[in-house]
Amino acid sequence: MEIMWIEKILLVVIVFAISLGTAAYSTLAERKVSAFLQDRIGPNRAGIFGILQPIADGVKLFFKEEIIPANADRFLFVLGPSLFMITALMTSAVIPWGKPLDLGGRMFDLQVTDINIGVLYVFAVVSIGVYGIMIGGWASNNKYSLMGALRASSQMISYELAMGLSIIALIMMSGSMSLKEIVAQQSGELYGISFLKGMNWNIFYQPLGFLIFIVCAFAECNRTPFDLPECEAELVGGYHTEYSSMKLGLYLFAEYVNMFVSSAMMASLYFGGYNVPFLEMLNLPYNVEVFVGVLAFFTKIIFFIFFFMWIRWTIPRFRYDQLMKLGWKVLIPLAILNILLTGFGMILTK
Amino acid sequence: MEQIIFIILSLAAIISALVVIFSNNPVYSVLSLVITFFSIAGHFVLLNAQFLAIVNVIVYAGAIMVLFLFVIMLLNLNKSSEPSAPLIMKVASSVAGGLLFITLLGALRQSEASAGLSGGNIGSVESLGRTLFTNFLFPFEVSSVLFLSAMIGAVMLGKKNLKDS
Repeated sequence: MEIMWIEKILLVVIVFAISLGTAAYSTLAERKVSAFLQDRIGPNRAGIFGILQPIADGVKLFFKEEIIPANADRFLFVLGPSLFMITALMTSAVIPWGKPLDLGGRMFDLQVTDINIGVLYVFAVVSIGVYGIMIGGWASNNKYSLMGALRASSQMISYELAMGLSIIALIMMSGSMSLKEIVAQQSGELYGISFLKGMNWNIFYQPLGFLIFIVCAFAECNRTPFDLPECEAELVGGYHTEYSSMKLGLYLFAEYVNMFVSSAMMASLYFGGYNVPFLEMLNLPYNVEVFVGVLAFFTKIIFFIFFFMWIRWTIPRFRYDQLMKLGWKVLIPLAILNILLTGFGMILTK
Repeated sequence: MEQIIFIILSLAAIISALVVIFSNNPVYSVLSLVITFFSIAGHFVLLNAQFLAIVNVIVYAGAIMVLFLFVIMLLNLNKSSEPSAPLIMKVASSVAGGLLFITLLGALRQSEASAGLSGGNIGSVESLGRTLFTNFLFPFEVSSVLFLSAMIGAVMLGKKNLKDS
């Protein structure tokens, strides 16, 4: 019993460190990717290839002067960024990072907790994540912050619906809401062809659902082309206009944590999680197989993080009414159509 | 252990519910109502109804309270702008609330604590879905039609001029 507790705490600490580490290096990657896309060199002063840049940025943010506006609500002003960061980190608890490791007969589960409503848990945490932005934006007592906060909340509510509907089609197929179960189901043979082993990924059954999901994930993470809440051309800095020092850092950093977690969700829901095609044919020892699976999962995550950045530096921002129209008049009907199509498909193939 | 968690959750629920009423600032009221919903969700988890708990968080804390907060921020209600209710309204609302409290108390005093609620997986998604779509299919469908009509009604009321579209 006690060993289990120690294992879980160890895993939580590792997941926490990995989330923050990936988020830190995403900030460097973002600048490098933008430089690459714009034919520049990017940061290269701190360490070789700018590898120490995130540390330099963090130290800079910590040493900046901390300002709380005179008419701001002090308690909520501090609560906002903290809440945003906490909710960003909470989601990673249900993500299965790999198959259980075999430690001499003891199975070490590479998932912090497997609750039978894992998908809904993620939704619940994401839906309360917007409070961090709303509280911070309102407490700043600044009209630009307030506008950013209002945009964030209406955007979140609109896109959460379509996201939930796109997931329903996937749950109809898997028959389970546990993420562990959903990932385990994707280890089979694609379309029943015995050659395509380990390729039974949901993306091949739910392409439309994935498209809706990824668009909504962009909107939920407040990333371009949906970064209206912080839209610097109209709103100075959006909801974090009045923030400085590490409180601003928390907001910016939590955005990258969110990106990491939603990339992990996309990889595990639609792209087979830790499953690697044709891996079983190599007859590797079990633990090596687990290790390769974890590496594959992180490769998929890193690809999606890169995809987030690729879109950001390629596609311009939406206008606000276009954003709402896309959410309510395009994505939600498409998601309902997807549910209907999935239902028909399930009846036909049964 | 369960007893201690129950007491903590109940205290959190009651205190935050009182803050909802007594806070002068509407934003604080809404935020403490969110805390109330969270403590109620915690009670659901204690009763082994995880689905109900998480749906409570998604729907009430995640969607409805965000809308409440949205409207309050948009109208920019402050301490000074909040009108103080006339005396007769205060008295009437106290009487009405007190009567509701007495009714609930009377109803609950007769009922016994239902045995076997905790334990088993009565609150799991599978058993809840099965119950809803077999034993309670008709009420379930009727309530969905009710929601639909409420939605359409809200859209119709929200339109300024029906001839426009």
